[in-house]
Amino acid sequence: MTEFLQQVLNGVSLGSIYALIALGYTMVYGVIQLINFAHGEILMIGTFSAFFALTVLDTNIAAAVLLAVAASVILGILVERIAYKPLRKSSRLASLITAIGISLLLQNSGLLVFGTEFRAFPRVIPNVHYKFFDGAVTLTGYQILIFVTTILMMLILQYIVMRTRVGKAMRAVSWDKDAAALMGINVDNIITVTFAIGSAFAAVAGVLLGLYYNTVHPLMGLMPGLKAFVAAVLGGIGLIPGAFAGGFLLGITEAMVSGYWSTELRDPFVFLILILILIIKPTGLLGKDEKEKV
Amino acid sequence: MKYWSRLLILLLVSLLTVGLAVGCGGGGDQQGTDDGDGPIKIGVNYELSGDTATFGSLSRDGAMLAFEEINAAGGVLGRQIEPIVRDNRGILDESMSVATKLITEEDILVHLGAATTGCVLAAAPIATQYQIPLVTTSATHPDVTVDPETNEVRDYIFRICFIDPPQAIVGADFAFNDLEVKEAAIYFDNTNDYSKGLAKEFKEHFEAHGGTIVASEGFGKDDEDFRPTLTSFSQKGAGLIYVPAYYQKVGKIVSQARELGIDVPMLGADGWDAPEVVEIAGSENLNNTFFTNHYSSSDESEKVQSFVKAYKEKYGSEPGSFSALGYDAAYLIADAIERAGAADPEAIREALEKTADFDAVTGKLTFDEKHNPIKEIAIIEMIDGKQILKTKKAPN
Repeated sequence: MTEFLQQVLNGVSLGSIYALIALGYTMVYGVIQLINFAHGEILMIGTFSAFFALTVLDTNIAAAVLLAVAASVILGILVERIAYKPLRKSSRLASLITAIGISLLLQNSGLLVFGTEFRAFPRVIPNVHYKFFDGAVTLTGYQILIFVTTILMMLILQYIVMRTRVGKAMRAVSWDKDAAALMGINVDNIITVTFAIGSAFAAVAGVLLGLYYNTVHPLMGLMPGLKAFVAAVLGGIGLIPGAFAGGFLLGITEAMVSGYWSTELRDPFVFLILILILIIKPTGLLGKDEKEKV
Repeated sequence: MKYWSRLLILLLVSLLTVGLAVGCGGGGDQQGTDDGDGPIKIGVNYELSGDTATFGSLSRDGAMLAFEEINAAGGVLGRQIEPIVRDNRGILDESMSVATKLITEEDILVHLGAATTGCVLAAAPIATQYQIPLVTTSATHPDVTVDPETNEVRDYIFRICFIDPPQAIVGADFAFNDLEVKEAAIYFDNTNDYSKGLAKEFKEHFEAHGGTIVASEGFGKDDEDFRPTLTSFSQKGAGLIYVPAYYQKVGKIVSQARELGIDVPMLGADGWDAPEVVEIAGSENLNNTFFTNHYSSSDESEKVQSFVKAYKEKYGSEPGSFSALGYDAAYLIADAIERAGAADPEAIREALEKTADFDAVTGKLTFDEKHNPIKEIAIIEMIDGKQILKTKKAPN
């Protein structure tokens, strides 16, 4: 029983990380129907910015997070303006391939500039351990921090999209770009804002990832980014609560399969679930068969 | 058009034929002609830039220190040693051409290096062709000294590091007999031959001692979260977790295990030997962990301590395994030349083959029939982030 509880906790904390990254993914997709494969790399740049702020500039964690957010937002906007904007009128395949190209470009530039070694991310926040059932079940401060941040981020995102003027404009652009432009919405600016918010979320997720796993590496965004993409699709891509649900489903499934079955079978099993869900319900768990997204 | 392409093919074929003829003509030539006086030349072919530059540079540093000491003490056969250092940049072709140039242009007697298996395998055919003994410091792959196609020992290739299986044999022995663990779990890197090989050997030998492997799981190259598997290890009653992996995974596995309250001993191999392990795992979490390694700078024997002191004086840092192996290799070569009694590659090769109980920093060394050293393996305990020598054991 305690083992099961521990595995659920393991799964929930893994799931929070997937959900946190998936939020940014899904929001960008919701607005411009582009799978931004460079999301994981924007996350990586954010983490490295925080890492250098903490180690070289010796700042505190709050300043480091701000710097990470700033760096990621600038990079996100640049990527959007340089790589995606010129292709907005071309086929979706062209933007998709460009996104993959940007992702590879950033990964390899990272390897070139930051080097190939794994660096230890400083533990600036002490990681408190909470023990239950005579120490059989452990919950750590980082896990709580990530879980709370994920929920907070989801609420903030939901608020921005549903309750603010910018959010209203984002939804309008997502429905119909041309009609939105006719209503006096500056489509370019709204898309830029979307990328800026998505990148800011990636930076926060990156700093938490660095803290949780103690390392930074130029390829650190690759696998979590891919898993977060799976989570977003599972839950219904473009839907903010969907990213949340998909992330947790993925995390808990992974923990259960590797805990009770076999680590080697974890990924095959996860992708089997993905295929099954897409066959039965192509729009994802929470997806509806209508066009509204975000 | 057709005419031109035919001509081109003809030209290429004739070029190739000429190349082959020249190449074969060079084969079997006894190199290393020595004029009897002047310095004895030893080629040092290492990875001094590129991805594996750390391994190569540290090994070279160790070797250069040894050559200096040997020369200060009068050299070998009454002559000075002249090491000729070349960078192969960690590139296989480059290692091959460095070896060729060292042998044909510099007339070296012995070839030292390289550090990585690939670069050694690239240089090995050259050394064999020109009949110059090659000593590598840290290439652990079995194929380095034995040709996998013919199963024959490569006559001119020697190594002074242990190969992988003995590490797991000693690890299993230490876990069962010294730590008195009867039930162990294995957590290995499923995408890495080194890790898989060690896991297999450990299982075999731990069970041969009478122990039980309660679980054996492989993780993937990109895995970051090991908590679910570690939780199941602890539930299955593992009294020890064997983690034959590289430092960045080891650091995370150790810290996540400790976080889950798993405080059983953890055991690894030489892939743990990096300062980053301490940074990633945290020094407190590493207490009660052990790993097998080539040597420990905390070994109190006089041989090790005088090496550590000299190294620190020259380079200002603590010597790791690569430096120690480089130092030992240089002394072994000098010793073999002295025993051969002549500056002749063939005599040196025979002397190397007969090496027995050679007193090295990384343990007393005897070559087996496959040119692999039989020597003791150090078991290192991590205490508050410091590597402390726990014991030394010979594989058997």
